[in-house]
Amino acid sequence: MTRPELLRVEGITKAYPGVVANSDVTFSIGEGEIHALLGENGAGKSTMVKMIYGLVRPDSGQMTLRGAAYTPSKPAEARRLGVAMVFQHFSLFEALNVAENVALGMENPPPMRELAARIRAVSEEYGLPLDPSRMVGDLSAGERQRVEIIRCLLQDPKLLIMDEPTSVLTPQEVEILFKTLRQLSSEGTAILYISHKLEEIKSLCDEATILRRGKVVATCTPRERTAREMAELMVGATLKTPERRVGAKGEVALGVSDLSVASPIPFGTSLKGISFTVAKGEVLGIAGVAGNGQDELLLALSGELKASPDKVRVAGHAVGDLGPVERRRTGLVAAPEDRYGHAAAPDMSLVENAFLTAGVRKGLTKNGFVDWAGTRKFAEEIIAAYDVRTPGPDVAARALSGGNLQKFLMGRELMQGASVIVINQPTWGVDAAAAAQIRQSILDRAGEGAAVVVISQDLDELLEVSDSFAVLNEGRLTKPRPTEGLTMDEIGLMMGGAHGMEVAHHVA
Amino acid sequence: MDLGGINPVILIATLMASAVPILLAALGEAVVERAGVLNLGVEGMMIIGALGGFVVAVETGSPVLGFVGGAVAGAALSLIFALLTQVFLANQVATGLALTLFGLGVSSLGGQGYNGIKPPATGQLLPDALADLPVVGPILFGHDWVVYFSIAMTAVLWWVLKATRIGLIIRAVGESHEAAHALGYKVNRIRLMCIAFGGAMAGIGGAYVSLARVPQWVDGITAGAGWIALAIVVFASWKPWRVLIGAYLFGGITVLQLNLQVAGSGIPVEYLSMAPYLITILVLVIMSAGRRGKANGAPAALGQNFHASR
Repeated sequence: MTRPELLRVEGITKAYPGVVANSDVTFSIGEGEIHALLGENGAGKSTMVKMIYGLVRPDSGQMTLRGAAYTPSKPAEARRLGVAMVFQHFSLFEALNVAENVALGMENPPPMRELAARIRAVSEEYGLPLDPSRMVGDLSAGERQRVEIIRCLLQDPKLLIMDEPTSVLTPQEVEILFKTLRQLSSEGTAILYISHKLEEIKSLCDEATILRRGKVVATCTPRERTAREMAELMVGATLKTPERRVGAKGEVALGVSDLSVASPIPFGTSLKGISFTVAKGEVLGIAGVAGNGQDELLLALSGELKASPDKVRVAGHAVGDLGPVERRRTGLVAAPEDRYGHAAAPDMSLVENAFLTAGVRKGLTKNGFVDWAGTRKFAEEIIAAYDVRTPGPDVAARALSGGNLQKFLMGRELMQGASVIVINQPTWGVDAAAAAQIRQSILDRAGEGAAVVVISQDLDELLEVSDSFAVLNEGRLTKPRPTEGLTMDEIGLMMGGAHGMEVAHHVA
Repeated sequence: MDLGGINPVILIATLMASAVPILLAALGEAVVERAGVLNLGVEGMMIIGALGGFVVAVETGSPVLGFVGGAVAGAALSLIFALLTQVFLANQVATGLALTLFGLGVSSLGGQGYNGIKPPATGQLLPDALADLPVVGPILFGHDWVVYFSIAMTAVLWWVLKATRIGLIIRAVGESHEAAHALGYKVNRIRLMCIAFGGAMAGIGGAYVSLARVPQWVDGITAGAGWIALAIVVFASWKPWRVLIGAYLFGGITVLQLNLQVAGSGIPVEYLSMAPYLITILVLVIMSAGRRGKANGAPAALGQNFHASR
């Protein structure tokens, strides 16, 4: 199938101080084509689309849109020329309602009442139900994404850029999104689809451009390749699947019963009657779309949110009313998701950060003074064991890239010899090789008899590491089930299906 | 119609005038904070406005030009804050505090030689025939133009923030600067304009103190009005009409306690003097209580600097 060319990107190069984000990138997208831009975190995908959307200017190279030179100097210009973008994060305003959010992304929005009517019309046409007067802060992640998509569709784009759109969706919601995208493509709208999820790309995209370290390493037709081939092109190395060491399950190490706590986070989700147990040597995977209580669950387990004593038990001892330090003493360590500010103090050095959570368990104080020599030794051990790329342990945590800091923080918790380990998003923003390594060490700790709770939005990751599987949905936890034998469909239903989408498809 | 030596009509008429400086400054600060900037320099901008307004009015003989001078002086001082926080990304709290200290010092220096002068009077706007009507006359028609201006600004800002595109953009910038930037809005430029507007409003408020309320120049003339304005903005949940209620409440109790002092009530003077601060904050706390978390209305990006590095 040949299509007339819509956008051509030729020899684009963009360098930031110290790093070349894109180097001599060339590809083209036809009218109505669904084109995948594939690559690992840090491969330069986001920088590339920011240039197409006019947020960043390339250092050299040209772009043409329908044969005419295309040099957008700001997003408004890109939008006027028919290029729209659905962002992964950061482009919705929680305290504003849907219609106001949509209006902010338009050049000349009509009056609010008319806009609300158009939002309703478009959302029904594409099977994406949405109430224009609702506050965005109260919407689920899937609904928020609909706001972004509808914002774009109202402007009749020729090219729709989607940056990692499915990372926040349940499998059913992904299906509905794909249906919408295929409908758009058949109507002649081209889609530039950014992702690192290969199965999705295989099922959705017509063409793919694969980036590695800012360079195009291959172009291919995804349907004709296997996911493994594309993964190896993307990573540039053969991938190892983590090995599971089969250890006998021991007695219960962490027990939580009927735990309900109010969320301290604005627009957060309160926990409602959470109950589960994790045995020694067991990995419990907790899935769920972001914002369904993951952060709150971590706070409640780490001790930052307190409950009555017997709600949380470590090895039979009631710890519900203990703070984080006391809980660490009883053998429970926790690694939160937010690296800069929650898991680490960004302006402190790696040595200091190592002390902050490991001080208690590793005995890094002497007579009330910090044992700096011992702390430094521990930090160096983490750096060596987890292959953290840093000039040295005295570098500020802020200076490390996200993936490297994540490796350090995972190492810090996993190397404390704890009996219960709780991790939220262990491999978020980490490249595939490092992610595999982190997963392997989670399995190793479990093999040594630790009870591990992994909270993650990456289903493949959870299926890979966990022995039992549960889902957080609006602050409630489903009953954990053995991971073996679970199908994607069952998981999707556990995740609450498609959040009211069925209704819309009856209408449409 | 006297209640214990206090005439309620006069009381209401006086409170409307006495609330003007706080109302104007608080309205300006509400816009600044809605855009996500915490400028603690309101007191400094007010007193610079008071001096600027006084000097211009005395030198030109025109009170209207005086208010313009106050606005320009307040805006000019706020631009120092804008430069430091929006361009050099200095800490907003520290910069705001420094701005207040700087404003107090500079006004004290610049005011040398203006002590004891009487500025040209800012008179009643409407004809006496209206102002002399019983009851409604003093309350509705007996004021100078700045009082009407302050009420009009409340309505205008309420409408702008609620219903216009520029208001939506201001709120968006204060809610999430990353998102606003991603959509192509110039976050720091919008904030800079809001800061200058807030400075101008504080300046006019200050000028009203030195040109109409007192009216003369003395050191430290604003006497903490800027701090009360800041508190009112927060407890009024960043909503213009609530700001008006807060300012009138404070103005009203101030006038009332002065009257009580004059009338020789049995309550010790110290308690009367602290009453406006206590009662205003108490009432506003009660009004804003019960709306914790998502509904308290605080702009989510308040006080955070933005740099478009990524």
